[in-house]
Amino acid sequence: MKIIAKDRNGKETEIEGREGWTIMEILRDAGLPISAECGGACACATCHVYVEEGWYEKLTPPSESEVDMLDMALAVQPNSRLSCQLICSEELDGIRVTLAPE
Amino acid sequence: MSGQKPIETDVIIVGAGPIGLFAVFELGLLDLKAHLVDILDRPGGQCTELYPEKPIYDIPGLPIVTGQELVDRLLEQIKPFKPEFHFGEMASGLTKQPDGRWKLSTDAGTEIVAPVVVIAAGAGSFVPKRPPIPGIEAYEGRSVHYAVRRMEDFRDKNVLIAGGGDSALDWTLNLAPIAKSLTLVHHRDGFRASGHSVNRMRELVSAGKIAFHVASVKALHGEGGQLAAVTLQTPDKREWQQDTELFMPFFGLTIKLGPIAEFGIALHENLIPVDTAKFESRTPGIFGIGDIVTYPGKLKLILSGFHEAALMAQAAFHICRPNDKLRFQYTTSSSNLQKKLGVA
Repeated sequence: MKIIAKDRNGKETEIEGREGWTIMEILRDAGLPISAECGGACACATCHVYVEEGWYEKLTPPSESEVDMLDMALAVQPNSRLSCQLICSEELDGIRVTLAPE
Repeated sequence: MSGQKPIETDVIIVGAGPIGLFAVFELGLLDLKAHLVDILDRPGGQCTELYPEKPIYDIPGLPIVTGQELVDRLLEQIKPFKPEFHFGEMASGLTKQPDGRWKLSTDAGTEIVAPVVVIAAGAGSFVPKRPPIPGIEAYEGRSVHYAVRRMEDFRDKNVLIAGGGDSALDWTLNLAPIAKSLTLVHHRDGFRASGHSVNRMRELVSAGKIAFHVASVKALHGEGGQLAAVTLQTPDKREWQQDTELFMPFFGLTIKLGPIAEFGIALHENLIPVDTAKFESRTPGIFGIGDIVTYPGKLKLILSGFHEAALMAQAAFHICRPNDKLRFQYTTSSSNLQKKLGVA
């Protein structure tokens, strides 16, 4: 599966995802500037991304702890998600995400 | 505290996370005394700040332990060595003394002198998250605050609070009686904060004493660092301006490297390169352990930091006690070590 990620300058990168890994891990390992301070524990809100319309609806809805944690994210929009809670799967092949501001 | 004599000790540890805490143990076995400085108000670093209740599965011998439990156990383990903590203080300066020792100063005015400094600062200092609003820096300190120092400063002012956690709700409730007007904004009509605080906030809204909007701050308006108004925007992009003199964003903490970058220690991509025998930086007498260091094969694991602390302590001993011989001993068999631990 592929992830198309836009950084904070608007530059798009196509990255190969890995089934079962989180989108945060894929973005981080590809060298994108995503701090993901807590390492994926849904505890810091620094892996915040915007998910493009059409893809947002395909995601498993956020858990209560993710919704709570998004309260600590900056510049939250209706399509905000924490990328450490998004698991790569074939259904998400081609998903487009944008890094939220820091 | 200027004018006071600096504290003297063997080792200054910057950072009271799990690795800084365990360093106290390894140093203590060698009779080296430590002072720890941390910007947070309690020990544990990321373990207690970010994931106190989350399980950790890769601590040797502890199949499952939460961040808080691990820190509690480390505190118990180092208790015999009576470490001295300086909490709520940021290590802000490091200078070499004429006698070759180091002097660390904090933003609270504390000064500590020691022959060895250990940087165990993880990814740096926890500092408040700054919302991405253009030009916000210019208002910080005067009109934009990330903490309340004096409640009186908020009396008869038009106050805006942003956020949905406990800090946002607690300060909404505390400042409502003294502010001229108080508005809370949050990106949703739901809150991470405790239900009790949320209910009290909603009562104040119903009584017309404060305002709540599902909105975010888009722009700040004012002059010379003095805020006059803000532009608020709802999720459906409706905008309006509102008179505001004081703005408090509460979005928790994030980690920034901070003043360590100005200590004069060689850095590589914000990490301290160290050798893997002593975990000393390129500046003699300054060591680095835990997530803040880099070396070939480095893994950012708590268990790696523990190992680094043990080797650092051996090297620190030779600097602190140049005329003494270091005898390697096991806690299992050494009655000397057991005495230090208070078990023999």
